[in-house]
Amino acid sequence: MIINRLLEGLKQRDPRAIGRAISLVENGDESAEVILSSLDENLVSQATILGITGPPGAGKSTLTNGIITNLRQRKERIGIIAIDPTSPISGGAILGDRIRMMQHATDQDVVMRSMATRGRLGGLCATAGAAVRIMASCGCSTIIIETVGVGQSEMDIIRLADITLLVLAPGLGDDIQAMKAGLLEVADILVVNKADCKGADILAMDLEAVTRKGRATPIEVSMTVATEGKGIAELLDRISITDSEHRDSGERKKRRRGAHDQEVLDWCLEILRPKLLAEISKKKLPVLGDPRLKAKKILEEQ
Amino acid sequence: MTEKNKKNRVLVGKPGLDGHDRGAKFIAQALRDAGFEVVYTGIRRSPEEIAAAAIQEDVQAVGLSSLSGAHMRLFPAVVEALGKAGAPEIPVLGGGVIPDDDIVALKEAGIAEIFTPGTPVDKIILAFQDACKHKTAG
Repeated sequence: MIINRLLEGLKQRDPRAIGRAISLVENGDESAEVILSSLDENLVSQATILGITGPPGAGKSTLTNGIITNLRQRKERIGIIAIDPTSPISGGAILGDRIRMMQHATDQDVVMRSMATRGRLGGLCATAGAAVRIMASCGCSTIIIETVGVGQSEMDIIRLADITLLVLAPGLGDDIQAMKAGLLEVADILVVNKADCKGADILAMDLEAVTRKGRATPIEVSMTVATEGKGIAELLDRISITDSEHRDSGERKKRRRGAHDQEVLDWCLEILRPKLLAEISKKKLPVLGDPRLKAKKILEEQ
Repeated sequence: MTEKNKKNRVLVGKPGLDGHDRGAKFIAQALRDAGFEVVYTGIRRSPEEIAAAAIQEDVQAVGLSSLSGAHMRLFPAVVEALGKAGAPEIPVLGGGVIPDDDIVALKEAGIAEIFTPGTPVDKIILAFQDACKHKTAG
């Protein structure tokens, strides 16, 4: 697609242009810069970025589907970035998050994109951030990033979000699983999905106990049955309350700053990585000796 | 460094009411193991849903599976839906229990390749790789 036609397409919010623009950025094409600097920064700064994380099978995609349905009733235009892991062995990936959201496939105001982690050492944050911006610039007022909350790169992506939901479900392990580092720390709102299943109440109580940590009032846990759309409206109310709190307290601004810096760092590394790798292999350094020292020397030469 | 990270991206889906998804899942996994990024849409999709998903995901090819005998209507319907949605150049490949006579007609209707039961998986992967090579005109 010729770049001018692509940029025009983005202005018209043409699904084809949006899809292609995200691919070009994801593939590290030279045109990425032109695309990303043509975006409507106003719309980008206004959009709300929602992170949804949690273990596989907790119901993240189904919950996302429920949230889409609800927001569409409010006539909002929505973007979804669903991230699934790339196989470290073959480099391939099955991107299956769409299955739970296909009812919105032909809705022009639901812009969805599946993304594979591609085994990047962090660069995913840069490309996911770019996809968020493209969607926001094309009129999506809420953008959902959905990812399995395991591993460093996934954590980095979730940090792009203004508000993060941790989705858990009964039967996926005891409260110790939820106490493991990372999961609870990034979450603003805790959701127990499959609330109609045995063990949901106990899980919610355990979560409240774990997160209480000396607070006078425990963090409230939202209960949902995503397959039936139960609890979604209440959850969205909580999200919008948290959102306005974050806007008032400056938390939103602080997070945007953190996400911005992280993305810039990611792009730096993305741009440097191939250059450095070429430099290193050109030098044919002796295998013996301290790699750290060699690295410092190469960086000094740059 | 144009498109340095370029990956083959395809969509695998099942149009129509047929729920027999073992073949589609098998192909999806085989493509994954061959390094493809496979967007899997699941069963019971309309041609319009498949076309819309293919466009949003910017895939280079679409693979369809049908075992119910409805391929003569559904496969060309997906080609048509892609055309209507502004992506006539995305190739569509199909697989299923398909009689020889139908294969000729389907190819005339714009399906790039048809695979019947017993086709070696390597042949199918090669066909998808080939389909992905065709640079989209966009």
